[in-house]
Amino acid sequence: MSAHLSYGRVNLNILREAARKELREFLDKCAGSKAIVWDEYLTGPFGLIAQYSLLKEHEVEKMFTLKGGRLPAADVKNIIFFVRPRLELMDIIAENVIRSASQGEVREEHKLGSLRNVTISIRSLVVNRVDFLAFMCIVMNLSDQECYLESDQTSLYHTAKGLMTLQALYGTIPQIFGKGECARHVANMMLRMKREFAGSQTQILPVFDSLLLLDRNIDLLTPLATQLTYEDNLRGLCRFVYGVLDLCYVKLPPEKFAAQKKQVEVGKDLPTEPKKMQLNSAEELYAEIRDKNFNAIGAALSKKAKIISAAFEERHNAKTVGEIKQFVSQLPHMQAARSSLANHTSIAELIKDITTSEAFFDNLTVEQEFMTGVDTDKVNTYIEDCIAQKDPLIKILRLVCMQSVCNNGLKQKILDYYKREILQTYGYEHMLTLNNLEKTGLLKPQTSTRNNYPTIRKTLKLWMEDANEQNPNDISYVYSGYAPLSIRLTQVLARPGWRSIEEVLKMLPGPHFEERQQLPAGLHKKRQQGENRTTLVFFLGGVTYAEIAALRFLSQMEDGGTEYIIATTKLINGTSWIKSLMDRPEAP
Amino acid sequence: MAFITANWNPLGEAFYRKIELYEMGWSLRDGLKDCLVAAAPYGGPIGDARPQLEIYSSSGTNMASFPWKSGPVRQLGWTVCDDLLCIQEDGTVLIYDLFGAFKRHFSMGNEVVQNQMLEAKVFHSPYGTGVAIVTGASRFTLATNIDDLKLRRLPEVPGLQGAPSCWAVLTQDRQTKVLLANGADLYILDNTSCTPVTPPGLSPQACSIVNMAVSFSYKYLALFTDSGHLWMGSANLKDKLSEVDTKVRTPPKQMVWCRRPKSQQPSVVIMWDRLLLVAGERQHKYTLDEESVCVAELDGVRIVGGSRHELLQEVPSACQDIFKIASMAPGALLLEAHKEYDKSSQKADEYLREIKEQSVLGEAVRQCVEAAGYEHEPETQKTLLRAASFGKCFLSNYPPEPFVSMCRDLKVLNAVRDYTVGIPLTHTQYKQMTVQVLIDRLVYRKLYPLAIEICRYLKTPEYQGVSRVLKHWACAFCQTGVNFLDDMGPIMSGENQTLHSTVRTSYQRSMVTYLKNEMNRGDFFMTLRNQPVALSLYRQFCKHQEQDTLKDLFNQDDDHQELGNFYVKASYKEKKLEARLSLLQSAVDEYNKAKNEFAAKATEEEMKLLRFQRRLDEEKGEALLGLSLQETLHALLTSNFHKQAEQLYRDFRVPDKRYWWLKLTALAEKDDWEEMEKFAKSKKSPIGYLPFVEVCVKQHNKYEAKKYVSKVTPEQKVKAHLAIGDLEGAAEAAIDRRSEGEISTVLSRCSPTTDRALLERLNRARSTASKK
Repeated sequence: MSAHLSYGRVNLNILREAARKELREFLDKCAGSKAIVWDEYLTGPFGLIAQYSLLKEHEVEKMFTLKGGRLPAADVKNIIFFVRPRLELMDIIAENVIRSASQGEVREEHKLGSLRNVTISIRSLVVNRVDFLAFMCIVMNLSDQECYLESDQTSLYHTAKGLMTLQALYGTIPQIFGKGECARHVANMMLRMKREFAGSQTQILPVFDSLLLLDRNIDLLTPLATQLTYEDNLRGLCRFVYGVLDLCYVKLPPEKFAAQKKQVEVGKDLPTEPKKMQLNSAEELYAEIRDKNFNAIGAALSKKAKIISAAFEERHNAKTVGEIKQFVSQLPHMQAARSSLANHTSIAELIKDITTSEAFFDNLTVEQEFMTGVDTDKVNTYIEDCIAQKDPLIKILRLVCMQSVCNNGLKQKILDYYKREILQTYGYEHMLTLNNLEKTGLLKPQTSTRNNYPTIRKTLKLWMEDANEQNPNDISYVYSGYAPLSIRLTQVLARPGWRSIEEVLKMLPGPHFEERQQLPAGLHKKRQQGENRTTLVFFLGGVTYAEIAALRFLSQMEDGGTEYIIATTKLINGTSWIKSLMDRPEAP
Repeated sequence: MAFITANWNPLGEAFYRKIELYEMGWSLRDGLKDCLVAAAPYGGPIGDARPQLEIYSSSGTNMASFPWKSGPVRQLGWTVCDDLLCIQEDGTVLIYDLFGAFKRHFSMGNEVVQNQMLEAKVFHSPYGTGVAIVTGASRFTLATNIDDLKLRRLPEVPGLQGAPSCWAVLTQDRQTKVLLANGADLYILDNTSCTPVTPPGLSPQACSIVNMAVSFSYKYLALFTDSGHLWMGSANLKDKLSEVDTKVRTPPKQMVWCRRPKSQQPSVVIMWDRLLLVAGERQHKYTLDEESVCVAELDGVRIVGGSRHELLQEVPSACQDIFKIASMAPGALLLEAHKEYDKSSQKADEYLREIKEQSVLGEAVRQCVEAAGYEHEPETQKTLLRAASFGKCFLSNYPPEPFVSMCRDLKVLNAVRDYTVGIPLTHTQYKQMTVQVLIDRLVYRKLYPLAIEICRYLKTPEYQGVSRVLKHWACAFCQTGVNFLDDMGPIMSGENQTLHSTVRTSYQRSMVTYLKNEMNRGDFFMTLRNQPVALSLYRQFCKHQEQDTLKDLFNQDDDHQELGNFYVKASYKEKKLEARLSLLQSAVDEYNKAKNEFAAKATEEEMKLLRFQRRLDEEKGEALLGLSLQETLHALLTSNFHKQAEQLYRDFRVPDKRYWWLKLTALAEKDDWEEMEKFAKSKKSPIGYLPFVEVCVKQHNKYEAKKYVSKVTPEQKVKAHLAIGDLEGAAEAAIDRRSEGEISTVLSRCSPTTDRALLERLNRARSTASKK
């Protein structure tokens, strides 16, 4: 079930086991039957470490979703709340408990203290639990990942804490590199925590050779750009995507799948439930194509189709009983492959509908113009037209922000023009959103006359004219030309090292640094000839699928010499990212 | 200096001295008369009940005081963790912390409830703090560790009625026993049996043992008989050390051992009302001028009185050697040498030479260092250490550690002995107790800054030292919400760097909440201002819970930009237009103050739009309020309010391009093709004519669309033709422009069956275009 976690250099099952153990211990602290009230947001991350069966073994009899009002009736001794430390959630819990108590249902309150102090005590419980969550959430390997954690100030602390836990399990990471304000912060916290627990050094041979902390702030461009890998598109397409290590459901519009079964005419009888699919690298085909550029998907799928049908044709060659038997034994596997292929072909068609549309192409063209530095200092007519036609605001914001980033800020006049256009078209309430974007630096007036983006682009080779999407030879394939800055930094760090790009690093915001952590004597790793280095890359403030794809690509490069494990606080794409920055005042 | 021996009293071989530790800071009306007092060893706190329960530090500083409301207390005692035990008549034991906060209670069993308690004793053993009581039924009940309560009822004592004449708790061979005297009979009570014992060589005149004392280490026992004899021997009752006739026949009030470790001299301090007797091989009497209590310590006895707190102890041999009159010990000579050296007298050299000739300089230095540890006066300490340091100069390979660590120890000791802290530890006790425990004690007393200072000074590993202190501090704060402002000063602001990371976010949150409720708002904000982490947490909190507070916070910081945003947000919650406008006006003012010209102007525009919408809603019955400018214009154009639309277009300086788009789509949506044509001809379109084509096609009117195809610029011709589905036209245009890309676009739209001729033409054109 979780076998795919144990592959590779880093056995992530250790982490999972540690988390399960902690969860079990926690559950056993409350004797007797129990019900769990879930913060819906957490069920995903929890799914990473434990299924219902585990909970059941520990006397969890009922599960509810956290919502206002009374708690649903449950004949259990304990009620445990698993929630994020959010004030509004605390209020809901308080309401739950008070309502239930006023109904005369006496319960054994676990760690809730007296009703009067309910909010405060619950809070401390929650804080505890989140340490736990933070640590289980932070790690994801190259094949599967999902992490939800709000990126506010406290998340930096949880990140540091999580990394400490990681080091307790996988050994001290000898080298820490980082770039950006938050990265510095996290590294400082880690070093301090290490000092504080100086007495309790783990005697584990380090699994990771180095840790790279990257602040989202240093590379705002990458998430803004339209995502072009299969996985990105898939996730952008689905109404709701839920990807955790083992359970990864994609909900797709049902029409498409009916069509695939040649049932076009019975459109009305379609099941209303969207199609659910399990997607993770345990699925062979998906693992193969997830990181491909969408332009290369067609070719890959058709190649696969040929292999599969050839395999089916084999049956005609099967003459002897033994051969037939062998063929039959392979059938389930082949059938699974065929159905998986069918699914992905339907999805690919859906994606193709979008990616071949003119609007998509126009948008991409403008983005690529910005990325190559064409006319970034002028009002862009495409954006103007999009505003005039009232295209979705998020699209507009993405483009304007992108232009601003690629021009190291917009001239005041141009910035004001865009802002005015947006306010007049979409409503004045978006002033707050614009203000948020300005605060994060996505939108900014040009302060210095010099635009340093071209220098950065050239030095880091962020634009590759001849990106080969079908058979990539460089990470720039993920954006059909643009190489994500964050990944380029990672690549340069491995070879030839950051010293070679000192100048550019200075142009990017925040400090860059290198720290060494003393290893206990005798734990120094002796590297075998040709053995790969393992680097943990931690994206603070979120990572996109494209970046993950690019890193996987680097890992797979034969002469790369480095294996990357990715961790982050959050998975993002341009839309979700901008959305999280939008501020919509509620109407009365 | 000369009088250092002034308070020494010889007693046999040794000397005893009484040092004043503190003048007590408390103001007790009748001294300690009629008080029930308990003082903890190792310079611990003093508790006192009846009718008020009061807790003082050793220097008499009040730490807690509250009226006693529970049942009558018979005995007080301190635990090893500085908690106060109050033992009531019915055997209930209440536990309070140093600051008088109730922690928990437990009972000594049902038997005690029935028969009431006669006497109780609190004792310490390797297992922790224990309680022993004797009940009205003359039975003993014992708990060796109150934190892991296991009550043991000891066997009956034959012939005992009421309370024994005296008793004590002994810890021997990892067993806790009770030693008791009933008249002249002495018994040892353990878990299973009651054994009669006889102390060897107890003088036969005695009819009854009236008092007994066990030494601090449980090694020695002293018995006092009604004949005035004091018997001293080992606690296992096998050896007798000595016996003294005190000639006092009244039963003493208190009797405690006063013996320093390794001393050959047994001695006991016996206290009567006005008399204090130090009895060893000889005796020395002190008169007491006030009611006092004796506290046994590892290396002496503390005497706590109504106005003074003193330490009585045997003078350590190192001090005797150095300070004894006419001493010729190496240390004494070295001290003399240094004194002369200070006076720039050549005698210094003579003294030194004398020491060196006997080659005892190392010994001299060692004596001086050791003696310094035993002295309480910092001046004396300094003199001795200077002498040692002076002597060290003439030694080549003297190890520096003892000297350095003594200096450190003394610095710490002097700090905790300070009046304000009130922990009068001796060096011997300090070494026995260890730094860790001392830090704990400081933590119990909530002296966090001092504890941290000490940890730093001694370079205690962080996880044992500073971090641990901070953790305690944070926990204490969260549990009790004590006024920690005084502590917070140094810790939060100055020590931000080292603030334990666990403490940091989780506890700052609680802290912020706590402060908010306790302080007035102005002070609270000012406090927050210096704490970026706390401030940002509080902002988050306000954003969710307390919008108004958020405003005050911005106000305090003069954050006009955020204030403006705040008003804008508030305006959207407001239903009434007037209120909404006035909020927006406030926003404009704030944006102006923030020098955000753009935001101010935009907000003014918004107000203008709202007013305009209201007027039109009232006049024409439209429902425009709340729409964006674009939507308003669109609504106006579709409802044929062209004049008003024009007015808005001018007033809001809408760019031509956008206005054209707007009008175009609006006209198309209501199928006003005539008006559209007029519009197209009104002047040259700033957006070109392709949009006209596209908009018409979107409304499924290819006929109208065709009208505009001819007007489209050559670059967009192909697109225009394709939009209306005119492949031929598109092909024509593409071939005209000889553009390979455009030809391909058209090609991709051709079907191989129906448009064969066109396909060929295009293919040919493409190959010529590509050849070029």
